[in-house]
Amino acid sequence: MNRRMVFFMTGRIVLLEAALLLLPLLVSVIYRESCGWAVLAASAVALVVGGGLSLFSRPKTQTIYAKEGFVIVALSWLILSTVGALPFFLSREIPSYIDALFETISGFTTTGASILTDVESMSHGLLFWRSFTHWIGGMGVLVLVMALVPTGSGRSIHMMRAEVPGPIVGKLVPRVRDTAKILYLIYLVLTFIEIALLLLADMPLFDSVIHAFGTAGTGGFGIKADSIAGYTPAAQWIITVFMWLFGINFNLYYLLLIRAFRGVLSNRELWVYFGVTVAAVVLITCNTLPLYDGFGEAVRYAAFQTVSIVTTTGYATTNFDLWPELSKAVLFLLMFIGGCAGSTAGGLKVSRLVLLIKTVGRDLKRLVHPRSVGVIKLEGKRVEDTVVRSTSAYFVLYFLLVGGCFLLVSGEPFGLESNLSAVVACINNVGPGFGEVGPAGSFAAYSGFSKIVLSFAMLFGRLEIYPLLITLMPRTWMKD
Amino acid sequence: MQIIVVGCGKIGTTIIASLVAEGHDVTAIDSRSEALEEVTNIYDVIGIQGNGGDCETLASAGVDKTELVVAVTGSDELNMLSCYIARQMGAAHTIARIRSPEYNDSSLEPMKQHLRLSTSINPERLAAEELYHILRLPSAVKIETFSHRKFEMIELILRPESPLVGAPLSQLRSRYQAKFLICVVQRGDEVFIPDGNFVLQGGDKIGITAAYTEFHKLMREVGIAQKQARHVMILGGSRTGYYLAKRLLNAGVSVKIIEQDRALCEELCDLLPKATVINGDGAQQELLLEEGLEDMDAFVSLTGMDEENILLSFFAASHNVPKVISKVSRDELGTLAQKLGLECIVSPRKIIANVLVRYARALENSLGSNVENLYKLMDDGAEALEFNVKDNPRLVRIPLRTLQLKPQVLIAGILRGREAIIPSGEDMILPGDRVVVIAAAGHFRDLADIIK
Repeated sequence: MNRRMVFFMTGRIVLLEAALLLLPLLVSVIYRESCGWAVLAASAVALVVGGGLSLFSRPKTQTIYAKEGFVIVALSWLILSTVGALPFFLSREIPSYIDALFETISGFTTTGASILTDVESMSHGLLFWRSFTHWIGGMGVLVLVMALVPTGSGRSIHMMRAEVPGPIVGKLVPRVRDTAKILYLIYLVLTFIEIALLLLADMPLFDSVIHAFGTAGTGGFGIKADSIAGYTPAAQWIITVFMWLFGINFNLYYLLLIRAFRGVLSNRELWVYFGVTVAAVVLITCNTLPLYDGFGEAVRYAAFQTVSIVTTTGYATTNFDLWPELSKAVLFLLMFIGGCAGSTAGGLKVSRLVLLIKTVGRDLKRLVHPRSVGVIKLEGKRVEDTVVRSTSAYFVLYFLLVGGCFLLVSGEPFGLESNLSAVVACINNVGPGFGEVGPAGSFAAYSGFSKIVLSFAMLFGRLEIYPLLITLMPRTWMKD
Repeated sequence: MQIIVVGCGKIGTTIIASLVAEGHDVTAIDSRSEALEEVTNIYDVIGIQGNGGDCETLASAGVDKTELVVAVTGSDELNMLSCYIARQMGAAHTIARIRSPEYNDSSLEPMKQHLRLSTSINPERLAAEELYHILRLPSAVKIETFSHRKFEMIELILRPESPLVGAPLSQLRSRYQAKFLICVVQRGDEVFIPDGNFVLQGGDKIGITAAYTEFHKLMREVGIAQKQARHVMILGGSRTGYYLAKRLLNAGVSVKIIEQDRALCEELCDLLPKATVINGDGAQQELLLEEGLEDMDAFVSLTGMDEENILLSFFAASHNVPKVISKVSRDELGTLAQKLGLECIVSPRKIIANVLVRYARALENSLGSNVENLYKLMDDGAEALEFNVKDNPRLVRIPLRTLQLKPQVLIAGILRGREAIIPSGEDMILPGDRVVVIAAAGHFRDLADIIK
């Protein structure tokens, strides 16, 4: 393995974090808060660590193979979170480092699971950083680095593949760098539109920015104890729509930009995503109608919660933990589905599920007609058998991970519903689950060990298992 | 520039590699997804799976916004069809690989017109052309002609006993009356643009330019002239062999072709009545000796196997054949063989890639850059660029001696009207001149870029 290149790239990313930390610093200067020092110190640490890594491991060759791509991504995310937790810890606003790390990983992985019991007492600078991590983690840091700095090798596609979720990662334009730029540009523009609309819906500027970050990355960190519930219905609808928009494959926005409308409309994944969302909203509205006065209110709550969960954002306008069991079951299932591939959402991804269901269909047919030949098509193109196989393998691995983590946190005294939903909410990067970790609760009561397990679960979920798994295997680091 | 390459075989991959290195946006089309995956993993290109002759595939590759479509699949017919459709759908320029001899005779021109091809490339013929140039002046490793044949640059390897070795270049020029310029030197893996104090050593690979008319005089005087090869043995009766034999025979050279396949031998006899065609296995050393290998002026190994070409070239060299040329397609093997001592290696893939890079630069020229023409020298270690001079006050009417050029850059020739000038420090560039610049570092897009 080209270790020098791995450390060099990781160093670059930590250097980028040093620069990114200047934004929350600016916020704390504006609000004249003392947490600015902690942010500055963290930025200095990032500068030293990143500078050291990139200075002392100048690579001999810039070649990146698939393995290096995986390791660079996983390692970067680990170091990024370790350093990113420092502002919370140094400012003593989150006194325990493990808690700070959990909060930061939850931020970068766009989970939105929090250990804070009183979020409103936090300083503006740190709240900004907490939500900004959502925005960075949503589209991905390596994609950001690729957009900003030219990489010499044509093989940087491996890094992009490792970081961008979905079974098949393609480029929009011939160059990786241009692709990364286009993705971030779309992301930036959509975020700004949302901020502007939220401002129009009477939300203060700071709150608008925070919630736009949380929506864009489909993260879910808020700044109020009751999440979004206290804002105007208009603001709630805006957030609902944008959460849904950020759950769509970004390639489709590019198709819109180049006016290939037919490509957008014929996108199968989009229609399935739309269908699932609408079906869930209808079901939950009917189920919760007696709880609210009026159809309009019921639809608003149902739509917000459905979209929030299916895109794995995790904002809440109501305590859905108190909803009837059927609605809760629907929400629980939505957690697994997640948004579309190539979006900022977590979960299994709609296209992967479509692929799996088609595979099951083909194999069923083969049981009846043993000689039948079946080709699986997705978006009008034939899917290679290797992709089909690796998707099935991913599915198995995914549930093994859910099972393993569930077993590890089962020592907690909160009951099956809380523990299972906590694990599922973390792996799928949703945030809140049910019971103890429901929208009104938090992860504060979990033990340090469980927090570490759940932190890893979040990273595994965001990076889609393989990068982190490969990095953690000793064999990867040996010479072979 | 937006370029589509149809076909990701050996040649396609080499072309993609050089076009990406030139900074173009390349889209690759191939029907085999494994080949595509390989290419997209290594190079920064986008891959589209499908038939290159299919409208839908071409449309999804964005053919309407493409400046250049290059079709290099294994099938001539598919290449032509892809280019034709691409052109119909709005591609600005198209190049097809057309290799079959039947299409390459009189039917080529009308076909190019009907299909609206910008040009066609025939790898075998290009390789044969290069081989022919080398055999014409056997002391050269490679010959490049600039500015419509007004200048030539030959690459040759200096023997330790050569009179050019040991003296600074400034002395050499006054010693010989012929106007020439040693403009680029490769020593080991490094490429230099030498100045007046540079001293040549034996084993250096040098590039010399001179006006076309003075070349032979110069070569005679410095004692590196070898007579043109009169007796050539060609191993392998492939298409390249055929084209080469044809050119050599037209120039009155005696040619002996050794080919294993009986049917092919008969075909060659039919096409080339003046050549001696031997049916036999060229890998048998006995056969080569029997056919008079030791009396040959040159031995050209053109079989389909790189390894066989390399080994038999060593065999020929060990029997003191003055000029040995081997065709090696795979780059890695070529460099290896060069390290082991084979001087003259011709790679068809590289030749094509260079032709395309040159074409793409010329196209870019019409899109803003000023490079008229481009040649790769010294195994891609240096470039020769042709510029048309505009009235730039920082450049024109200034003696070259006082021009502050960037390091590793040299003005190797000036063409004024019909006169070719090998410049000295007193010469100056005038507006309307055509200038050949040799550069060992950096990509230049404009003549003004070469000044500090």
